[in-house]
Amino acid sequence: MLALLGSPLAGAAVLALVGHRDRAAELNVAFSMLTFLAAATLTARVIAGGALTVLDEQFFVDSLNVFLVALTAFVGMTTAMFSRPYMRIERDHGRVAAGGLRLYHSMYQMFTFTMLLVLTTNNLGIMWVAMEAATLTTVLLVALYRTHASLEAAWKYFILCGVGIAQALFGTMLVYFAAEKVLGSGTGALLWTHLDGVKASLEPTVMSIAFVFLLVGYGTKVGLVPLHNWLPDAHAEGPTPVSAVLSGLLLNVALYALVRCKVLTDGALVSGAPGERAAFASRLLMGFGLLSVVVAAFFLSRQRDVKRMFAYSSVEHMGLITFAFGMGGPVASFAGLLHMTVHSLTKSAIFFAVGHASQKAGTQIMDDIRGLIRSNPTVGWGLMLGTVAILGMPPFGVFASEFLILTQAIALQPWAAPILLLSLGVAFAAVFGKVQPMVFGDSNLIRLPHQPALVPVFSHLAIVLMLGLWTPPYLADWYRQAARLIG
Amino acid sequence: MSMATLMHYAPQVINLLAALLLLLAFAMLAQRRIQLLINLFAAQGLVLAASAALVGLVSGQHHLFVSAGITLVLKVVVLPLILHWLIRRLNVKWDVETLFNIPTTMLIGIVLVILAFNVAQPISLLAGTVARSTLGIALAAILLAFLMMITRSKAVPQVIGFLAMENGLFFAATSATYGIPMVVEFGVALDVLVGALILGIFIFQIRERFDSLDTRHLEKLKEQ
Repeated sequence: MLALLGSPLAGAAVLALVGHRDRAAELNVAFSMLTFLAAATLTARVIAGGALTVLDEQFFVDSLNVFLVALTAFVGMTTAMFSRPYMRIERDHGRVAAGGLRLYHSMYQMFTFTMLLVLTTNNLGIMWVAMEAATLTTVLLVALYRTHASLEAAWKYFILCGVGIAQALFGTMLVYFAAEKVLGSGTGALLWTHLDGVKASLEPTVMSIAFVFLLVGYGTKVGLVPLHNWLPDAHAEGPTPVSAVLSGLLLNVALYALVRCKVLTDGALVSGAPGERAAFASRLLMGFGLLSVVVAAFFLSRQRDVKRMFAYSSVEHMGLITFAFGMGGPVASFAGLLHMTVHSLTKSAIFFAVGHASQKAGTQIMDDIRGLIRSNPTVGWGLMLGTVAILGMPPFGVFASEFLILTQAIALQPWAAPILLLSLGVAFAAVFGKVQPMVFGDSNLIRLPHQPALVPVFSHLAIVLMLGLWTPPYLADWYRQAARLIG
Repeated sequence: MSMATLMHYAPQVINLLAALLLLLAFAMLAQRRIQLLINLFAAQGLVLAASAALVGLVSGQHHLFVSAGITLVLKVVVLPLILHWLIRRLNVKWDVETLFNIPTTMLIGIVLVILAFNVAQPISLLAGTVARSTLGIALAAILLAFLMMITRSKAVPQVIGFLAMENGLFFAATSATYGIPMVVEFGVALDVLVGALILGIFIFQIRERFDSLDTRHLEKLKEQ
């Protein structure tokens, strides 16, 4: 547990000192590996012994967050591996200086730390603090290139997420206010485990107002429409490894915070205000989720920048997951969790491939990237397979989770199913139509000065493929337990 | 003054401070000159610290004194100093341009205040704290700061709006509950400080790149 949080923190400190040296990238990978090892050990312990609290109940790990911890540490590690050659090439292209690299490596570790803190902390207040810290570190990462566009993206990101997250703080205070009545004042009243125990006696009116604020706040970070404006800019203008972790991890982490709050709100509403109001939080989540899927699907076809397009695809998938959690029930929550996993693996793999592709073309405009498969078959295939996977083609895991979500939607919310299907269809046409000419056809690309790192791409895709064909029983158990927690 | 008289007057004084806070929020909304805007922000911090200390005294929640201390140092001294230094370095003393004219903004502000009171009413009824009637004011202050961020086009006033929003949040914490737990408060204070510093650095970079602090230059990234 301590190693899990300690290793990225130590990494941030060390790399702040030596991050500009040549070896820094390897150090970055090493620290990320350490983090992953710690996460794996922790996971093994939780699988064996069930939920555990550490350090005077300040940290809490159960089956819901431990799977996200493992996922975060894993993608954090592979992204570090990918960023090693990627950032070297960027340096050779003169886009980033030695000082910039130092900032990059240090902030990368710091970002991992804040995400893990959000996931493992038991205190809703600390969760907010860590989420805000994650925003601050990524703002610096997005602005790394210091170009007009990246400064603008970072400013927009900061202001929008700053405002959004302030609403979440207000929501957290309202939760504390409701909890204080039951648990008494002091730190105990913000600990999730305590709150979960007494959730049925929390005041329903306060909790539902609190949930609205929390939804707006954390929803901004999840990228739910209409609070998504920062997301495409931040993804497109930051360095690609940052886009990969933003899309693959940060959105998940924000959604996790939202789900924790939803569990409490549901608990309060079901006992305090039965009938119509009980489904208040679920309805809100479903509404925002569906809106995100639809709007993002239609924006996809209008994109010219490849990273922007995949950023909108993230909005779409986050909407789908939010919708699944909103529907609730064991199957839909299971599907939501599975979708979180496969989306983050696939999306980061796509960003890895896209990163190298746009380095080869010297641009992110899709019309100017042609014939990847001729000049570098592995990058081309990586992008193609990733795209096919994210669009929900069998046999990949995304198909399995989307299929589950859709069948659940038909069973529980029949009105929403055609809307979802139509949006997925529109998204498919848009993305496939744009990626296909990028991959096939005549090539206009240059060779890269460093060997691209493609192990991460294919290892991610292999896992996603495996999840589509066969979910290991312990993993399925684990999802089921977590789904039961969400309700 | 004896303890009994203090207890008697304290709720009124807290309400008075709340009203002052709201008044200052409106003043900030109407203020065109950046230097005065910073002073108003500092004054708001002072009111905030005073109310936190008073609630702490009346309720016997002594950790609120620490909160008041943090607020006093951070929001009345450190942040205004940083902001003053920043505008001196950047040599910006001009009048703030607003996207709408000031009377329109004020009218929108009044609507927001009514909205805030409506939302806060069911919660205030449940609050058992001395300062419970002030929750609506806190929410109104948050929304007014939010409005200020939207309507100002220059970077520095947007930052001040961001910080003023945090003032409103802090006031909500002291008025609805007796302050949030200490750990969380330290974290929040740290985030605000670091955030303000990063924004400061950003402002320099924006100036360097665009030769201006008008965030209307930051509107290139759009959907085609």
